[in-house]
Amino acid sequence: MNDILAQAAAAPSNGEVKYTLKDFKSDQDVRWCPGCGDYAILAQMQKIMPDLGIPREKVVFISGIGCSSRFPYYMDTYGFHSIHGRAPALATGLKIARPDLSVWVITGDGDGLSIGGNHLIHLMRRNVDLNVLLFNNEIYGLTKGQYSPTSAAGLVTKSTPLGSLDQPFNPLSLVLGAEATFVARTMDRDLPHLNSTLRRAAEHRGTSFIEIYQNCIVFNDGVFEEFTDKSTRPDTSLYLDHGRPMLYGANKEKGIRLNGLKAESISLENGQNSIDDVTVFDEGDRAMAFVLSRMDSAPGLPRAFGVLLQEERPRYEDQLNDQVEEARRRKGNGDLQALLDSGDVWEVGSDAANS
Amino acid sequence: MAQSTVEQLDDVTIRFAGDSGDGMQLTGTQFTHTSAIFGNDISTLPDFPAEIRAPQGTLYGVSSFQLHFGSSEINTPGDAFDVLVAMNAAALKVNLSGLRSGGMVIANAEGFNRKNLRLAGYENNPLEDSTLENYKVFVVDVSRLTARALADSGLSSKEVERTKNFFALGMLYWLYGRPLEPTIRWTAEKFAKAPEIADANVLALKAGWNYGETTEIFHVRYEVEPAKLAPGRYRNISGNLALAFGIVAAGRQSGLDVFLGSYPITPASDILHFLARLKHFGVKTFQAEDEIAAVTSAIGAAFGGALAVTSTSGPGLSLKSEAIGLAVMTELPLIVIDVQRAGPSTGMPTKVEQADLFQALYGRNSEAPVIVLAPATPAECFDIAIEAARLAVRTRTPVFILSDNYVANGTEPWLLPDIETLPQIDPDFAKPGEDFAPYKRDPQTLARPWALPGTPGLEHRIGGLEKEDVSGNVSYDPLNHEKMVRLRAEKIDRLAEELPELKVEGDQDGDVLLVGWGSSYGAIREAMLRQRRIGRRVGHAHLRTLNPLPRNLGDLLQKFDHVIVPELNDGQLVNILRSKYLTPALRLTKIQGLPFREQEIEQKVNEVLSGESHDDKQESAVQSERMNGHE
Ligand code: SF4
Repeated sequence: MNDILAQAAAAPSNGEVKYTLKDFKSDQDVRWCPGCGDYAILAQMQKIMPDLGIPREKVVFISGIGCSSRFPYYMDTYGFHSIHGRAPALATGLKIARPDLSVWVITGDGDGLSIGGNHLIHLMRRNVDLNVLLFNNEIYGLTKGQYSPTSAAGLVTKSTPLGSLDQPFNPLSLVLGAEATFVARTMDRDLPHLNSTLRRAAEHRGTSFIEIYQNCIVFNDGVFEEFTDKSTRPDTSLYLDHGRPMLYGANKEKGIRLNGLKAESISLENGQNSIDDVTVFDEGDRAMAFVLSRMDSAPGLPRAFGVLLQEERPRYEDQLNDQVEEARRRKGNGDLQALLDSGDVWEVGSDAANS
Repeated sequence: MAQSTVEQLDDVTIRFAGDSGDGMQLTGTQFTHTSAIFGNDISTLPDFPAEIRAPQGTLYGVSSFQLHFGSSEINTPGDAFDVLVAMNAAALKVNLSGLRSGGMVIANAEGFNRKNLRLAGYENNPLEDSTLENYKVFVVDVSRLTARALADSGLSSKEVERTKNFFALGMLYWLYGRPLEPTIRWTAEKFAKAPEIADANVLALKAGWNYGETTEIFHVRYEVEPAKLAPGRYRNISGNLALAFGIVAAGRQSGLDVFLGSYPITPASDILHFLARLKHFGVKTFQAEDEIAAVTSAIGAAFGGALAVTSTSGPGLSLKSEAIGLAVMTELPLIVIDVQRAGPSTGMPTKVEQADLFQALYGRNSEAPVIVLAPATPAECFDIAIEAARLAVRTRTPVFILSDNYVANGTEPWLLPDIETLPQIDPDFAKPGEDFAPYKRDPQTLARPWALPGTPGLEHRIGGLEKEDVSGNVSYDPLNHEKMVRLRAEKIDRLAEELPELKVEGDQDGDVLLVGWGSSYGAIREAMLRQRRIGRRVGHAHLRTLNPLPRNLGDLLQKFDHVIVPELNDGQLVNILRSKYLTPALRLTKIQGLPFREQEIEQKVNEVLSGESHDDKQESAVQSERMNGHE
């Protein structure tokens, strides 16, 4: 192997460099609209980076096209601003070639679920060790305000003057169905939660998928307000915590009970239910995660935030490497001359006579 | 014992044809292998149906294998064939038009029973009416004779039936004086786990041979002396396999691990299959969810320092276009293999065409130049793959390899290279601590640095947005954009100065220069040789590099009275030559999903030299334009 490549790909020696937040800020001016939710996400990312113990040169941010996809330019790490929808595929190739890297995919609802939907679902089932941050603002921002695959049906936009006819995707249900091993949701307006969710994603070995509610102040302002505003959030948002009963409400006076495959909200104040009636959340239970993801479209139920599912499964790139190693064990390191000479070889003598 | 006379021949073309299940590909491959070991030069062309399991006995279920072997240079699988082995009526019907007048038909009687005749659409048995009166016909009851030979083998009648192709092979071996040993050896290896099947095949083979030896059906045997090939070790190789080997060799020569991102598509899938088996060379193959993921994953791998390759065929290339533009913009090394097939759209997936030249050169938005190479023969694919890697790495630019169905699946003897003589490829990665900017160019090659993630201090961002020269920052500056567009082109144009000049085969000046590219090499060369034998002054210039074009090409075109450009498309290279060199090059196009016959090229030369060539409108337009320009 080439020397420089070997050095670059070597396992980092742990904890030698101490970083601060500033080390991850690039020299580029950030160009999102003032007040855009993207700023908060960038800030939290720069904040957690020093704590991950990963040398800066081992970190790569890869994006597609859209407002959020400008993200890599603002991180002082390696970065690749690719083409519309293809970041998951590009990142997959990079991670297969270079499993030593910490690779982050930045995408949006249009980039990741519309033009790049195919790549996203296939990434999930392969479980390549990448972290996918899907900034969901339920609108196309960069192209100036057309409806996206997560926009509510009926949304009036420039391209849907009479209202959108599309049933929106539920991103969490989608990736759960695509065999994702880490599925989470957080929001730009709850910084501690955003921070801890990013950390959980970084820790997970396999594809981590986080849907981040991100406010587009220009084209879809306030679309998540009922979930993100501090005054309404307690009643509309369920913060999940593994091994704990699923409680919500300003005074945790409400709970979620799974009645078979149905989630229902129960009151702990009416004297009929106790905390024992509230279902304990298990982040290893895919069926439960799916039921909780479906609460999005059930009136009267809160939206789930936090890690809905975390499960261990072998990673694609590790298994591919194992195959390479196994092939080497069985056949020895590839010998090119022997390869060319394999098959039916014959000799032509210098007299060119019949051999 | 039969008294047969022996006739000497320079070369012979045989076409084995039968039902898909009749084992014609295997039969042809064995005959090829044996003849190669015997010392003949050979060229082959398999032709199989697109349907995976076409119904038995039907016209569209016919599978065939053509091979052309001889005692001197063999350039093509042959125009009209001398011998047609027809295992059933459908095989005869589909292939008869390709048999030369006076040629030999060897027919399997059983394949012409009523059911087979009906399926082939024959009202009368062509073996019995006048259909074949212009040919020498030998009807052999192959099925029954094979069954008799294997009566004591203990195999089921179905298993016995499946060895009938070896009976036919044995007959042909007798007819052309080929040794049986290579096939016997192969059979023992192939069926090592089922010795009774191996024995049965050998029995059938010998029975076929003995049938020729003891009956009086064939009056003449033929001899084709060994050819005078350069001394050395040889194997037969197809273009797809040679490309796979070349990619592995390029990995070794560059010290880089190979990454192949690919999506199954006819006729390129074998490259994926071959490389997937070579993991012990550190090759990582990734069967992506679609063509776009195949190429973008390769771009990601290139960013990480892999020797990145994506392989496809025409329609797949269309899907990859945008991503290839990204590789042009981010200036990363990438090898794009396009095994062309007849199009547009799905077209004719198993048929040959050279119509992706424009797509390779221009098939992206805006100005997105790439290097384009095209192998002329199957064996040449090995060297082209290494050259593609060398140029991709040297210029940090995508390099296309335009193969086609004919090069990919055809085979020829390959003089095995000594790997110690292969060129070294230096990835020249940016080093930690060096004075670095993402788009700071090497003054000579204009290549930008290849800085690997994992290298401390070289953190940088790239992407599809236009870059500022040197810094690589996003830039919308008008003059910077123009400069960058020109730099990306210049990087490739400059290569022409260091690449070897184009050499003309045959005459260096004179009546006609035949300019070709890709797999039509053999037919063009053969036409050139034959024309020279009748006193014409004909040269043959064959382009392996289509972008940049060889620096001496313009001069070469001036040295001949006429330039003819044979291509399996509607005239793509000829258009380029006309516009770039303002030369009245003549078109010779064929768009039938079939390779050129050398006679078609000779015919065009004859027409041009006798002044009978029917110039189409375009040609006369270009000619008058040129005349005006000269006045
Ligand atoms: S358009 Fe919307 S999403 Fe895009 S930067 Fe502006 S506020 Fe943010």
